Parts: sequence; structure tokens; C-alpha cells
Amino acid sequence: MTAIPPGLETLDFRFAGTRAVPAFAPVLVGVVGSGNLEVMLEPGDGGDCAVHVQTSARGFAPVWQAVLDDFHHRHDLAGVRVSINDMGATPAVVSLRLDQAVRELRP
Amino acid sequence: MDRINLDTKARDRAARIGAAREALGTRLTGKQVETDAIVDLLHAVLKPGDRVCLEGNNQKQADFLAKALVRLDPARIHDLHMVQSVLALPEHLDVFERGIASQLDFSFSGPQGARLAKLLSGGRVRIGAIHTYLELFSRYFVDLTPKVSLIAAHAADAQGNLYTGPNTEDTPAIVEATAFSGGLVIAQVNERVPDGTPLPRVDVPADWVDFVVQAPTPNFIEPLFTRDPAQISEIQVLMAMMAIKGIYAEYGVQRLNHGIGFDTAAIELLLPTYGESLGLKGRICRHWALNPHPALIPAIEAGWVESIHSFGSELGMEDYIRARSDVFFTGPDGSLRSNRAFSQAAGHYACDLFIGSTLQMDLLGNSSTATLGRIAGFGGAPNMGADARGRRHASPAWLKAGEEARSHRSGAAATPRGRKLVVQMVETFREHMQPAFVERLDAWELQRQAGMDLPPIMIYGDDVTHVLTEEGIANLLLCRNDEEREQAIRGVAGYTAVGLGRDRRAVEQLRERGVIRRPEDLGIDPRDATRNLLAARGMRDLVRASGGLYRPPKRFRNW
Repeated sequence: MTAIPPGLETLDFRFAGTRAVPAFAPVLVGVVGSGNLEVMLEPGDGGDCAVHVQTSARGFAPVWQAVLDDFHHRHDLAGVRVSINDMGATPAVVSLRLDQAVRELRP
Repeated sequence: MDRINLDTKARDRAARIGAAREALGTRLTGKQVETDAIVDLLHAVLKPGDRVCLEGNNQKQADFLAKALVRLDPARIHDLHMVQSVLALPEHLDVFERGIASQLDFSFSGPQGARLAKLLSGGRVRIGAIHTYLELFSRYFVDLTPKVSLIAAHAADAQGNLYTGPNTEDTPAIVEATAFSGGLVIAQVNERVPDGTPLPRVDVPADWVDFVVQAPTPNFIEPLFTRDPAQISEIQVLMAMMAIKGIYAEYGVQRLNHGIGFDTAAIELLLPTYGESLGLKGRICRHWALNPHPALIPAIEAGWVESIHSFGSELGMEDYIRARSDVFFTGPDGSLRSNRAFSQAAGHYACDLFIGSTLQMDLLGNSSTATLGRIAGFGGAPNMGADARGRRHASPAWLKAGEEARSHRSGAAATPRGRKLVVQMVETFREHMQPAFVERLDAWELQRQAGMDLPPIMIYGDDVTHVLTEEGIANLLLCRNDEEREQAIRGVAGYTAVGLGRDRRAVEQLRERGVIRRPEDLGIDPRDATRNLLAARGMRDLVRASGGLYRPPKRFRNW
């Protein structure tokens, strides 16, 4: 018994952010489908931005790191938990979904 | 022995026609050959070593004649030298496998590329050269003139006049080269009109045609340029917005050619929406060298397009074209007259911009669609995607690009002239995370494998003016040296290894100089790039936009 379907890779990232987001309702954008992904933003604990990735495309940890570094550079979020369910989306789609999710952030 | 520079070709031609008459007897009436006599006809008129042009391009196919050629007896007819635009059908290679042909000159072999590579390494085929369309047609008139041409038309009359229908395509170039050089033209037709009934129009006059045979089934046509808008992604919408605002509007591009694919289909579908919102109607995209892309219907209906000259036709567009004769080149009968040779020339000399996609691009900007184990060829892209060095007429877009190209040059290279805009539009990653940007093109390895003189590069880096990805636009015209060019390409290569290998400071400097422009530099928020911007979001919308005149082939009728 495992929570993770076989074949999926899970990755975790944590960024120290300075832009604390006021209390907000969880945000969900995108869909889990081939070449696409689902991004959920929820209020997190502490001042970090924690990112949890489940992806069907194994072996791309350095690319995720680079994509999320840039995401953090753009938004500098603090106190946000990001969950990503990815089905082989390209970095361009991942970045777009992350930015779309941030745009939806509102109290 | 006769001198070969008097009239041996004319006498040879007469002898071959005589041989056909003798072999066919009553199965030949005038120029009309009975369908089941086709193999006997080919046996009678062909000789070993003949140069044979088999009409086949990426759309229309002389498929019945291709099948007949495969049925020849290799003991009688062998070592034919095939010259043809495209290797599309299995029969195009069967003739080599069966030993009927041994030498090949062509342009494109997309669907048969892998099998061609195998036949080549097995020694069953010798390739003279891989050409562009225009280059191959040109050689038909110089040193690759066909002795016998096997062509496809829609209908023939009793005299042998031919009506090609909208898919005229390569036929005029092939017939011209053959009929006026002592060669023989054999046409397959879908139908014969009864004696006394006129053809809708005459595309090839009867006295340029030697034999006509009715094919048992209509010639095959591939709907190659139909793209279902439902499959266009948000990233493609974003890139299309950047193309329109960052390049088309910037240079005021009035005359252009679009390559095949979803990237350019997205641009076509954004003109009446996003383009309109920028106030660009009438300022860009008025004249086209383009196949009748269904994706352009909404822009045509919105009054954006003044003229389109087409290389070929597109299945399902016939009635729409007929009803929009202001825009398309049509005959007095109302149907499209396409012409690949003229449209290629138009795209090369009379268009200010080409935009297309590729599979791989290196750090010099060279791009290639060659992949290992496949010999795919070029088609028309290299002629569309190349500066026309012989061009002399000016236009604002051409002059502006030329100014940018020459601003940092000296001597002869600084002489005032214009420059064709050649845009490569690629997502940084293709399907399955294959990077579009690479340190070294597969083309180099393919050159080694296949023993080619040159790596099969589709568009040379020094012809490319702009590289457009989801990350931004790199204007290579403004790069002052190879180092800047490399960083400009890395600077839009996203998260590929090439992109991650950028010198961040150099890239920021290029951005400050406007060599690299990000979506935000163009005033574009990527989050606004939604599919809602597409003027049609599926095939049904295209049909609706055409007022029901566009009739997509069955496989695209998905609603």
C-alpha cells in the first residue's frame, strides 16, 4: 500500500519568501491531463513557500528546481503551500499555471 | 551513329509513341489508353535508364501510375532515374526495392523517410541530391529533364486537354519541362468528359500530353494543412500574440508566408481577435503565399486578407474558395488554380516574412527537421526561409529589417539593402520534453550516416532573423557578433540545457538593448494568453465562420 501511484516521482522544495500573503481561500488552477498539470495554493505554516510536486515525468528534478527558482524570484511568496500534480507539462505550461494561480490569490 | 545534338530526341519520342501504338492496338484510341493497358503502355514507352518524373507532392499523388510502375518487369525496365517532389506513397520506394529504379533526385520524403534511409544503406537507391521544390523544378529545365512524366489531373476531354481542378500544384512545371524537350507526358485522370462536353477549364493543353488513362479511383489527396483549433495550446496562443505584436506590427508585415503547424495556425486565428484589438487590421497580413489554410477563414471573413496565392489546394476548402474569388486565384470556372512553382517564387521574392517551426535549433541559429535514421528532405521551407539575395524592390518591412542587419556592419556588408524576415517559432520543449535547442544538430550525425556532402540543414542560421519562443523574441539582426548571437538564442531557450547554460548578465544586457524581448517587454501578460482569444476553438467554429462552405474531411469532423 502506497499513497503514490507507481511511476510517479515526488519532489519537495522550500523557499524563504518575504511577501506574506494575507489569509486567502485555496486556489486551484489547471487540470491533470496529458501535458498539463494542476496547481493548488493553500495557506501554509511559517514564512516559507513550500512546493510539493507529484509528476509522471521522472528525472527532471533540476528543471523543476530552475522553474521554481524563477517562480520564487517573480513572486517571493511567504506562507503559501503549493501542491502540483503534473502529467508531463512543459516548463512553459508549469510557469504559466503557477502565475495563473498567483493571480487568483485573494482574501 | 546519329549525332546527339540534332533531332535524336524528337525521333526517339516518335519511335516510343509508335511502339505504344503497336503494343496497345485497339486499347489506344487517339491519346486515350484503356485502364488495364497501363502496364503495357509503360513497358512500350520506357527504356532502362530513363529519367522519369512521377508526380507526387505533399498533397496530390499520381497514385495509379505509381502502382503501375511497380508492376513493371525489372528484366525489361530497370535503373530508372526517378525525379519527383515528394516520396509519399509506399510505391515510391517499392520501385527501388524491386530494382525498377535505382537513382533518385527529390525534395521531401516525410512519410517514407525511415524506409528511404534503410534502402540507401542497403545500396538499393542512389540519391543524386535532396532539393527544395523550386530547386528541383529548376533542374527539370537544366540537367534533370524528364524523359517520361507521369502526372495526375482531375479530368480529360476526348482530345487530351486536362483539367487539374484546384490541385494544379506541380503539374505545369513538370509538363512544361517534359513536353518541350522531346519527352512524353502520361496523365492519369479521375474522369473523362464525353466528346463535345467542354472541360471546366484547360490547365494543360492536349498537344502537351501524349497519353491519358482513367484511374479506377480518384487520385489521392492529403489534407496536409488542416489544423484543428481544438488542439492549440495556451502557450501557442502566447507565442502567436508575441509574433503579432512583437514582429508583424513592429515591422508592418503586409506580405507573408506561414509554415505548416499549430504555432502558425494560432497566429491566423488571433488576427481577427487580438490583432483587431491592437488596431492592426489593414496594417499587417494583407497578402499571402499560402495554401488555403482553414485556420485563415475567420481572418478572411473579417476582411483582413486581400489576396492568397496557393502552392496547392486543401481538401474541403473548394466551395469556400469558389465563393471567395476576390481573395483566391481562381479560373473563369470558379475553381482554384494553384501552382507550386509560382507560389514558391512568390514566397521567395514577393513576401517580406516567413514564419515556421522546426524540430532542432543550434547555437548558431541553424535549424533542422532531420532526425536520426530518417532522410526527410526539405520541401519548400528553405526557399521561403531564406533572404532573397536577388530581390530589388523595397517595402517598409524589408527596409527596416535590412537597416537592423547592416547597422553594425562595414564595407560591402553595410551597402544599403533590405532583408527578408525569417522567423523560427518554437516552443523550447517539444512533446515528451524533447528540447528544441541543442548544442549540436542531429543533422551532422545524419550526414555521416548517409554519406551526404552537407548536413541537411533546413534553414541556415545566417538567414534567420528572429527566434520566437514562449520565453521571448531574440532579434538576431541586432547581434553584433557570434557570441551575442549565441547568448540571444540561449536567452530565449527556456529551461533546456542550452537555455540554462546562458550567461545571465549578457542576456540581461541584450534585453536592455532590445535584442531580447520578453512578453512583459511587449506589454503582454502571459496569463492573458487563453484559448478564448482564438477566433475558432474547434473545427465546427471554422465551418460556421465559413457560412457552411468549408467541408472538412471526415477525420476532422469531430463534433
